Amino acid sequence: MDDISLAPERRFVVTSVSSDAHMWNLVFLQLLLEERGGHVVNLGACVPDEVILAECRRHRPDALVVSTVNGHGHLDGLRLIEKLRADPVLAGMRVVIGGKLGIRGSGNARFGAELVAAGFDAAFESEAGLAEFDAFLGGLETMSTRELALVGEGV
Amino acid sequence: MNSSAMGASLRPAAPGPVLPARAVPAHTGAAQAAPSPVGPARGRFSRFVRRKHEQGRLVVQPRMGFADTRTMRQGLEAVRAVRGASVGTVTVDSYTRVNDHDSARRALERGDDLNGYPVVAHGEEETRRLLRGVAGDDFPVQFRHGSALPGELFAALARTGADATEGGPVSYCLPYSRVPLPRATAAWAECCRILADQPRTVHLESFGGCMLGQLCPPSLLIALSILEGMFFREHGVRSISVSYAQQTSPEQDLEALAALRRLAAQWLGDVDWHVVVYTYMGVFPRTSVGAFRMLEDSVRLAVRSGTERLIVKTAVEAHRIPTIEENVDALEFAVAVEADERLHGPTGETIRQTGIHDEALQLVKATLEFGDDVGSALVNAFAHGLLDVPYCLHQDNANRSRAAIDPAGILRWSDPGAMPVAASGAHGRGPVTARSLIDMLGYNERRFDREELVGAAARGML
Repeated sequence: MDDISLAPERRFVVTSVSSDAHMWNLVFLQLLLEERGGHVVNLGACVPDEVILAECRRHRPDALVVSTVNGHGHLDGLRLIEKLRADPVLAGMRVVIGGKLGIRGSGNARFGAELVAAGFDAAFESEAGLAEFDAFLGGLETMSTRELALVGEGV
Repeated sequence: MNSSAMGASLRPAAPGPVLPARAVPAHTGAAQAAPSPVGPARGRFSRFVRRKHEQGRLVVQPRMGFADTRTMRQGLEAVRAVRGASVGTVTVDSYTRVNDHDSARRALERGDDLNGYPVVAHGEEETRRLLRGVAGDDFPVQFRHGSALPGELFAALARTGADATEGGPVSYCLPYSRVPLPRATAAWAECCRILADQPRTVHLESFGGCMLGQLCPPSLLIALSILEGMFFREHGVRSISVSYAQQTSPEQDLEALAALRRLAAQWLGDVDWHVVVYTYMGVFPRTSVGAFRMLEDSVRLAVRSGTERLIVKTAVEAHRIPTIEENVDALEFAVAVEADERLHGPTGETIRQTGIHDEALQLVKATLEFGDDVGSALVNAFAHGLLDVPYCLHQDNANRSRAAIDPAGILRWSDPGAMPVAASGAHGRGPVTARSLIDMLGYNERRFDREELVGAAARGML
């Protein structure tokens, strides 16, 4: 995971979802993206949907990275993506979600497909590790939204 | 509260002989040998813990929360039936934690998965029904939540007969919310009053010993737990526990717990207090054997340190929320290890003295200089970076301090930021990278899984 670098000035907003209080995943993602030349605005834990929308409108990131591990990701994520895709400014923004998306361990796999169907460009279930997220980062330069969705289907 | 009452609360609670550090010999022996001044046990929760401690038993407790009352009730009954001294837990779900009770209600109506029991959405009568006939003198129940603004929850809990709850103005604000620290502190002052005004005693535990679960050095965990305990006391709570989460070195943890007991006796000595240890709260071993070994270490730590209560983790911690049976297995395993440790554990053990006590005391004293009451002292100390939780992203945390694990497994300050503590040597002074962070976060996972991942299992991973 050390040999992928992004074009300079890639801007990311990193966030959790409204009900998720976990923080280490967000600390890690910030370091990872920064080491690849990304600029990161980290919104931290328990971020209400409206704050996520407002910060994305303000920063206009190349991608919004949603990380969640409390098991409510499939619920909060669906609600969030509906709002994002309904927003005239943010409808076309790249949005990915990853982590533990439900409370069912390996049974969470189905949630990834649901989230992509609902409008996320990709979904990464934690059981799959970081490789697919790396592939997503590596592909940010060239891949179409459709290809990104296929990366996410590896959940 | 008048100013003299505030001033009084900022002095040590036990005015008796407050020993300078040197007066305690380095070879104090097992921590439980040191007497801990403590007020009479109050309320169902604390009386149970005290009684078991006097009988030489460690109280064990799960973390357990289910959305529907029937399953939650089954969970409580199963924990009550554990062969050992157990107390019950009702873990509240994440929607209730952030006061999003509508989402919790909607999830209940739809039958969606929730990660805990939504007390406010269920309502008081339903929660009373949950407890009726299972909670009692021999099985007190604590509600665990993680909310920075738990006013509604505390009001509901006070009316439903909960025996205990937990958290704190710092420990449930900085790691778990976006709520400004001054607002959380004001809310927690009111919450303490809600509990203090109850005719029966509701026990309150500080979560200060668990900040971010890992990579927070012991002195800050201890200082925050003591300061939150003082905050509870300042706002009328008279039955308190202070916490400490197992970290990466058993020797360091043993020293830390001795320091915590000594400081609790000094600063909380006029109220009813005890210590609760948490099995490791960070990235957990992924193998079942590794997870049980991690739990085993925490049980031995609790026994050796004279700790009264232990909150366990299960074999599936790394993977998902445990079932009732997995929780019962973890509790009964802990009880078995406890018995073994009491029979075969070391006696007259020497506790290493590396200065954790003095460092924690310095943080407590320096913080109290920052305000006329504990709440404003905490708020101001964080605003000045005098208290600074490493890696914590909350906007009211300086996030300048950094901690690292040295080659011996000792958790140290690689950069204390503006805190009045010393950085410890050259180790870990380089910038933290994603890779080094992952390595540190996974320290215990590797330590306890290593022996399991040999032969065919390891080959399968390569």
